[in-house]
Amino acid sequence: MAKPSRALHKTSSGSENRKLALISSKGSLDMAYPPLILANAARMSGIDVEMFFTFWGLDIITKNKMSKLKVATVGNPNMHPSFHIPTILGAIPGMSAMASTMMRKEIAALDFPPVPEFIQLVMDAGANVYGCKMSMDMMKLTQDDLVDGATVLGAMEFMDITEGAQVLFV
Amino acid sequence: MSEDILDTVEFDDEGFMVDASAWTEGIGQAIAEALEVDLTDRHWLVINYARKEFEGNGEPPTLRRITTQTDVSMKEMYKLFPGGPAKIAANIAGLKKPTGCI
Repeated sequence: MAKPSRALHKTSSGSENRKLALISSKGSLDMAYPPLILANAARMSGIDVEMFFTFWGLDIITKNKMSKLKVATVGNPNMHPSFHIPTILGAIPGMSAMASTMMRKEIAALDFPPVPEFIQLVMDAGANVYGCKMSMDMMKLTQDDLVDGATVLGAMEFMDITEGAQVLFV
Repeated sequence: MSEDILDTVEFDDEGFMVDASAWTEGIGQAIAEALEVDLTDRHWLVINYARKEFEGNGEPPTLRRITTQTDVSMKEMYKLFPGGPAKIAANIAGLKKPTGCI
């Protein structure tokens, strides 16, 4: 039994806030959600969050890609059980789109928002969102291609920002 | 004195009320003071909504549910209840700790 106090809502005993660095490197629909859910959970727990989107993860914060992320139906060992599609059938045109639609429905049923809304949500919750400069150069993307509120950042700058943070690579 | 009110209430190890039905607005006010939250009408809107939800299904609402079912935005929730909006709102509303992860 403990009376309510500010201290009971702290996630660490140190004077400085706990900080989480999330590196998102994959842009498929199924791999877009874990870093977003973790970022949101961290903010809801009062933890500072810095999110770095690199390589295919950039699709998650790219305006014309973020609402069209797909789940792979070929070479994806995780297509189970309600989504199970044998690899040979997964290659049929339209299968990936169908599986993606199904997954979007399942996600919506749990009251998790679509990816573009989720990115806005974590930014509103106070998470900082960065696009990897090197990946952007490689994919010929500029700041204008990224969702509003995202910042272009080099990997070394991200290291500076996340000093002392706990790191998660997705 | 609000300090005394909290002595009459049973809390769990994390400072959440054990019996939500024992909550009163006075207790909510006292918990808010202990959590360093100055309650405004906007806070009360959230607290009353959370209690209404809890009465309906026995669970405190998720943060997302609060922001989609009331006119309080995500940004405002973090301003109203800094440091963990869903938890702190539930705490003040006399509800158990929310377990939803959205």
